[in-house]
Amino acid sequence: MSVALVPSPSFMREVQARSGQPIGLCYQCKKCSSGCPLGFAMDLLPHEVIRLIQLGARDRVFAANSLWVCTGCKTCQARCPNQIDAGQVMDSLREIALATRPRGRDANVKTFHESFLTTVRFFGRSYDLGMIALYLGRSRAIGEHVGLGLNMVKKGKLKYLPERVRRIGEVRKIFAKARERR
Amino acid sequence: MKKLTFYPGCSLHSTAAEYEESTRAVFEALGYTLEELDDWSCCGASSAHATDHYLSIALPVRNLVLAEKRGVEEVATACAACYNTLRKADHAVRAGDPAAVEASESMVEIMGRKYDGGVRVVSTLELLARPETLAAIKQKAAHPLRGLKVAPYYGCLLTRPPEAVAFEDPEQPVSLDKVLAAAGAEVVRWSWKTECCGASLALSRPEILKELARRIIVAAREAGAQAIATACPMCHANLDYRQSEIPELKDNPVPVYFMTELLGLAFGLKKAPTWIGRHLTESRSAVRSFLPAGKVGTA
Repeated sequence: MSVALVPSPSFMREVQARSGQPIGLCYQCKKCSSGCPLGFAMDLLPHEVIRLIQLGARDRVFAANSLWVCTGCKTCQARCPNQIDAGQVMDSLREIALATRPRGRDANVKTFHESFLTTVRFFGRSYDLGMIALYLGRSRAIGEHVGLGLNMVKKGKLKYLPERVRRIGEVRKIFAKARERR
Repeated sequence: MKKLTFYPGCSLHSTAAEYEESTRAVFEALGYTLEELDDWSCCGASSAHATDHYLSIALPVRNLVLAEKRGVEEVATACAACYNTLRKADHAVRAGDPAAVEASESMVEIMGRKYDGGVRVVSTLELLARPETLAAIKQKAAHPLRGLKVAPYYGCLLTRPPEAVAFEDPEQPVSLDKVLAAAGAEVVRWSWKTECCGASLALSRPEILKELARRIIVAAREAGAQAIATACPMCHANLDYRQSEIPELKDNPVPVYFMTELLGLAFGLKKAPTWIGRHLTESRSAVRSFLPAGKVGTA
């Protein structure tokens, strides 16, 4: 059974406002998807995500892993003939999706970013060991990183103690403000 | 000695300590002293822009305000991610992007002043590729890297978005080619210079990351390279760390060097073996003939 898609502009307006990107200008030249290094791992290619936003197919956009797989490498941005930064669009979609609980492997992407930023909020600088502990504790993905972790310790890549910014209050206030605005 | 205000960033103070050490040593040899921007904080890297637009501007802007407050007009950074984030924030504020202007103005309440757009952020690669510096590199290279075939790898962050960061062509950059050639290396031509290595997925999607790294490293080898050179701690980590987990590369890996490590070898700096000894992929044999005599690194 197929369900007809009834185009609606409200989703596109929302994403355009949040991202500042002229999504309506896309005419599907597919340069973004042709050059996307992550395309092989995406459910929907960048040009498909843009088209579905134009059509207001909100659920299909958020059901796909694309926004969690995009690394923000900006190859699409640099090549778009209409100056649409699809990476920025993916960032905005992710901001919206963060309020929900992503599934499976997509959840690990969210957990990673949260773990990284938690250490920055605490110390003002990122702290790898703390970030790794938080990430592995929450994602339970320790199996795929054990070998690498041991090699990094052996080579002295992981510092035991965090560095802390003196005026850490300023960094904390930046995070508090970000939270207020959400 | 010329003084440079330096923003190291978190990676250079942790996983990429060899990049900071080699950057300082090479710039010193070229007549610069690097002075750290006092009380710098994290630029937010990919995690900030991936999750919160305000954070992605406010975190780098704090550092721009720190510099501006001290009357510093130019801040140099060796980390491609820091360079990208600082430049993007600076560009957005200068261009009058409403969210960026608002984030900058919020700094009045947080640190007593906003960012007025008076700081120029430069990458150390950009400084090394200036004609007068290239001439100095040639002169300093007492042990030119003759015969070493190197693939110059730029990645995303030094080249895109072009409006904010690129100091040269975003699709065909040549600055690193020039720096390596000045040190005597043989620079290979290849088409993967600016491909993404997948840095922000390093922990969360290692299987994707390994595929991206595999493609880049194999392409370098097919182009005839014995080594890859980079100016980004994220690229270095992703290409260097997991080669032993990639079947195609496990038994014949391709070493990945920070550009300043290769310059250090060419300059004959005594510390160079220690730097490359910190890589996870064996990095001594490819440059054995350029190592300072009598010095043995740990790798």
